[in-house]
Amino acid sequence: MMLHLIIFSVFGIICVAGAINLLVQRHPISSALSLVVVMGSLAVEFLLLGAEFVAAVQVIVYAGAVMVLFVFVIMLLNAGEEERTAGSRVALLFGIPGMLMGSLLMAWVLLERSGTRSVAVGALPGPPKTIGWLLFHDYLLPFEVTSILVLIAIMGAVVLASPHESTQQTRREG
Amino acid sequence: MVPLSYYLALGGILFACGVTGFLIKRNIITIFMSIELMLNGVNLSFVAFAAQWHALSGQVFVFFVMVVAAAEAAVGLAIIIAVYRTRETLNVDRVNLLKL
Repeated sequence: MMLHLIIFSVFGIICVAGAINLLVQRHPISSALSLVVVMGSLAVEFLLLGAEFVAAVQVIVYAGAVMVLFVFVIMLLNAGEEERTAGSRVALLFGIPGMLMGSLLMAWVLLERSGTRSVAVGALPGPPKTIGWLLFHDYLLPFEVTSILVLIAIMGAVVLASPHESTQQTRREG
Repeated sequence: MVPLSYYLALGGILFACGVTGFLIKRNIITIFMSIELMLNGVNLSFVAFAAQWHALSGQVFVFFVMVVAAAEAAVGLAIIIAVYRTRETLNVDRVNLLKL
């Protein structure tokens, strides 16, 4: 049982370190790679909770497909280091105290309620078979709706990213 | 045995990092990555609560969140490409006019 806590802490620390590195790094490629680290270690946390299917999808879809899309766009647009410009003063005045208050409140609530329940290793196994059964029986309508959403998103992405028609025409004429 | 609150705290830290990145970053692609970080923190809370209450629907909802995040990433990156094509910058402070 001690091993469970050790694995959780190691990958949790890697996760938080990756998230902080995302904020500190100034080149978008470095941020993207640290986000991959965050997603990979989160997949291990999912496995610790027993969510096998979710962990696999996390690695395949998030760390694989979505991040490859990000890296492609960064390289396509030849994004360099970000330039620092002055942020708004309202964010400094209200944002930081507000965030501190919120995180203190959250920490207090979590500490107050901690120790009441603990989660065992692989507490709730979520193998692909069971998740698939749920998806195609109880959640059939949301599943179909998301398929339409993805179709619309694909068409929207193609329309938005393709060069504008009028500029194409002027290029052909000129 | 790891208490449930540890998982929730990890999810909260990730969400807070995402919000901070959304506010302090100036590169539009990095801001977009911060949103993905927030979604990941929420997903961890979903799975932790699913294990707590022995309800697999939490893991199914994580699947839906991932699908929506993938669709959002595709459309958002297309918008970023369109913005870069017209403005030739990725700095959000320089994208402050509706007309060109």
